[in-house]
Amino acid sequence: MTTLLPRRATRTHKAAVSLAERLLTPHGIDRYLELVDPLLVRSEIRARVTHVEHPTRDTVTLTLALSRAWRGFSAGQYVRVSVDIDGVRRTRCYSPANSQYGDPRTLELTIKVDPNGLVSRHLHEHAHVGMVLGISHPDGTFTLPAWRPDFLLFLSGGSGITPVLSMLRTLHDEGYQGRAVFLHYADAADEVLYRDTLADLAGDSIEVALGYTATESGADVHGLFTPEHLDAVAPGWREAETYLCGPPGLMDAVRTAYTDAGVSEHLHTEEFTPPALEIDTASATGTVRFSRSGQETANSGEVLLEQAEQAGLRPEHGCRMGICFSCTQVKTSGCVRNALTGEISAEENEEIQLCISVPVGDVDINC
Amino acid sequence: MTGLQDRLTPEQVEEFGRELDAIRQRIVADLGKDDVDYINRIIKAQRGFEVAGRGLMYLGFLPPVWLAAVASLSVSKILDNMEIGHNVMHGQYDWTRIPELNSKTFEWDTAAPGDNWRHSHNYMHHTHTNVLDKDRDVGYGILRMDPDQPWHPYYLGNPVYATFLALFFQWGVWFHDLEVDRIIKGELSWAETKEVRRKMRAKAAKQIGKDYVLFPLLTGPLAPLTLLGNASANLVRNLWAFAIIFCGHFPADVESFTESETENETRGQWYLRQILGSANITGGPLFHIMSGNLSHQIEHHLFPDIPARRYPEIADEVRAICEKYGLPYHTGPLYKQLASVAKKIVTLALPPKGTLRTLVGGHTGRSTGARQVTVDAPRDGVAA
Ligand SMILES: Cc1cc2nc3c(=O)[nH]c(=O)nc-3n(C[C@H](O)[C@H](O)[C@H](O)COP(=O)(O)OP(=O)(O)OC[C@H]3O[C@@H](n4cnc5c(N)ncnc54)[C@H](O)[C@@H]3O)c2cc1C
Repeated sequence: MTTLLPRRATRTHKAAVSLAERLLTPHGIDRYLELVDPLLVRSEIRARVTHVEHPTRDTVTLTLALSRAWRGFSAGQYVRVSVDIDGVRRTRCYSPANSQYGDPRTLELTIKVDPNGLVSRHLHEHAHVGMVLGISHPDGTFTLPAWRPDFLLFLSGGSGITPVLSMLRTLHDEGYQGRAVFLHYADAADEVLYRDTLADLAGDSIEVALGYTATESGADVHGLFTPEHLDAVAPGWREAETYLCGPPGLMDAVRTAYTDAGVSEHLHTEEFTPPALEIDTASATGTVRFSRSGQETANSGEVLLEQAEQAGLRPEHGCRMGICFSCTQVKTSGCVRNALTGEISAEENEEIQLCISVPVGDVDINC
Repeated sequence: MTGLQDRLTPEQVEEFGRELDAIRQRIVADLGKDDVDYINRIIKAQRGFEVAGRGLMYLGFLPPVWLAAVASLSVSKILDNMEIGHNVMHGQYDWTRIPELNSKTFEWDTAAPGDNWRHSHNYMHHTHTNVLDKDRDVGYGILRMDPDQPWHPYYLGNPVYATFLALFFQWGVWFHDLEVDRIIKGELSWAETKEVRRKMRAKAAKQIGKDYVLFPLLTGPLAPLTLLGNASANLVRNLWAFAIIFCGHFPADVESFTESETENETRGQWYLRQILGSANITGGPLFHIMSGNLSHQIEHHLFPDIPARRYPEIADEVRAICEKYGLPYHTGPLYKQLASVAKKIVTLALPPKGTLRTLVGGHTGRSTGARQVTVDAPRDGVAA
């Protein structure tokens, strides 16, 4: 039942915010609040690091406190994390590893260092309590169906554990009554993330198995993935709704197994690293026009984001791999090929992702 | 006066261009955290002055406090428009990929909507610097600022128009972006300006709303004093911005160009025109900040998208390059440049001495073989 009081209070609050916006035009209220405390902002999400841990040599786990605009997430989704490195804001996707329940303003990220990577290395070396990061609303369809299936199988390798761990923790919090099997791969014992957490989760409904790819003993299965691993730890796996996230080799092997078994419709996947784009610079033709900025360049055959950057533009973007949709712009005319899927589209005024779209002939982008 | 293309041989121009490119590359490679920290500090200071100015108006019945409030708010508006707004909207911080510092979305505390200004300033003015008929900042379409603009009795009012432009500069810029001169000439239809006009109305309503309605009302019985204070802060900013901007392009020895002179310009030639068409103002570090580093107008015109805080550090080098190639490097203290601009405004109000205008460019410099056709066609006035 709603009482009059809170409603009036919300109305007063709204009026106050609207007045403040009018007074603080053109910059807006957030540009003042953030100078007091970055987490006071209203329309964007900011996170403050509240805890830093290094569970293994090359990973870092960050606990984050989120600002008020955060509306929660579904287990398995990812957020875009922004951090300024040498003055430049960098954005990468990370999947929260915590349950979707629990403290609604907390997020836990586990990040594996890419030795040649920019953001993961920076966070590994420099993340400290009090550091402020930018966070997007969650995104992604790698989530459990609302009606939880009776038999679930989770497969992950390395840092790919994060989205499936979030699902498992969520199921655990829900008091899931079906059967869930989790098989997680790591090189060896000292590389296993969340070992204690996994032990706590294991129980009547949730079974946890480990696979070591670089050692011969100590785990439930050993060596690189084969369908026999599934036979061993999850008999009847062909019936299970399966959630998979891990390095490309593992993903490919599991996909093949599911296709061979004729059950690929049960397999749901999340990629941390994108499949290679199909780029052909030799046969590129036409001209790319960036109409808003008045720039024009001969089509080099590379993705539009790179062509735009080479033309001196700096379009907004995030993952550079077709996942985050930050770089979406309107193509006013012309034809582009999706470098991930090979799909060709020539529709006018169509929204396209610059980072995976390759012009085919003349193209006009409103950018 | 020596023609634009005659000062240097084509080889010299290219060598000159390469030397400037080298400066640019060095600075661009060095951009980093310090630059972001700097602009964030300026933004923080601006917000501080703004909040202080608005707050002090509540004690505006005490004359010294009222003055302090006006001073504080004036500083806020000047910082916002010049070191922050003008420079951010030039794309000087786009490399940071920080949305709040993005040139396409930034909005400033003045009447002119950022979107309209970006077009008329970044494109029309910076690409066509001091090219008559192209650079609409030459006299803002209402003044005669160049002897090559044909005289008309209308220009007898030059000093009066200039005074009004200085007093209401933010509205001058606001109105300027409508490009009325082009509408009159038929280059632009009224209907085409619909979007520009919509933005003008919306932005004006917001600016008037806060400075002349809401903040005054919020101070209750002090409303008239607050309104007067806000108007004064806008006035101070107007005079200051007008002074800095006019000293950047119109002191006596700064040159202007014809469209034909600038056809098929190479990068080196473009650099050359920027140097000849701009003037610096000397002063201390605080003066440079308050002018948005437009006191380094020459460096700004060479490298409009490099963070302005870098201009002082490259100024000596640019000057040395100018000396090396025998090019003028216009600079002087504010009072001297202002006097020179004022003299120009008054002199050009009067009809030219001779009745016959020189129609053919009388170039005295060395012929380079690569010279463009330099016959100046009589030009239409830019004024309405
Ligand atoms: C949906 C999604 C969820 C994700 N969740 C997680 C998660 O929970 N945990 C996690 O650890 N990661 C996760 N990732 C991966 C993460 O987003 C980053 O890709 C990863 O951290 C590497 O980022 P980086 O900035 O360190 O590396 P980058 O700097 O982006 O480099 C990535 C790779 O590109 C190569 N490279 C970089 N620059 C060049 C160059 N100039 N020339 C050639 N090669 C180059 C490097 O070799 C490096 O291996 C997720 C990704 C996605 C898409």
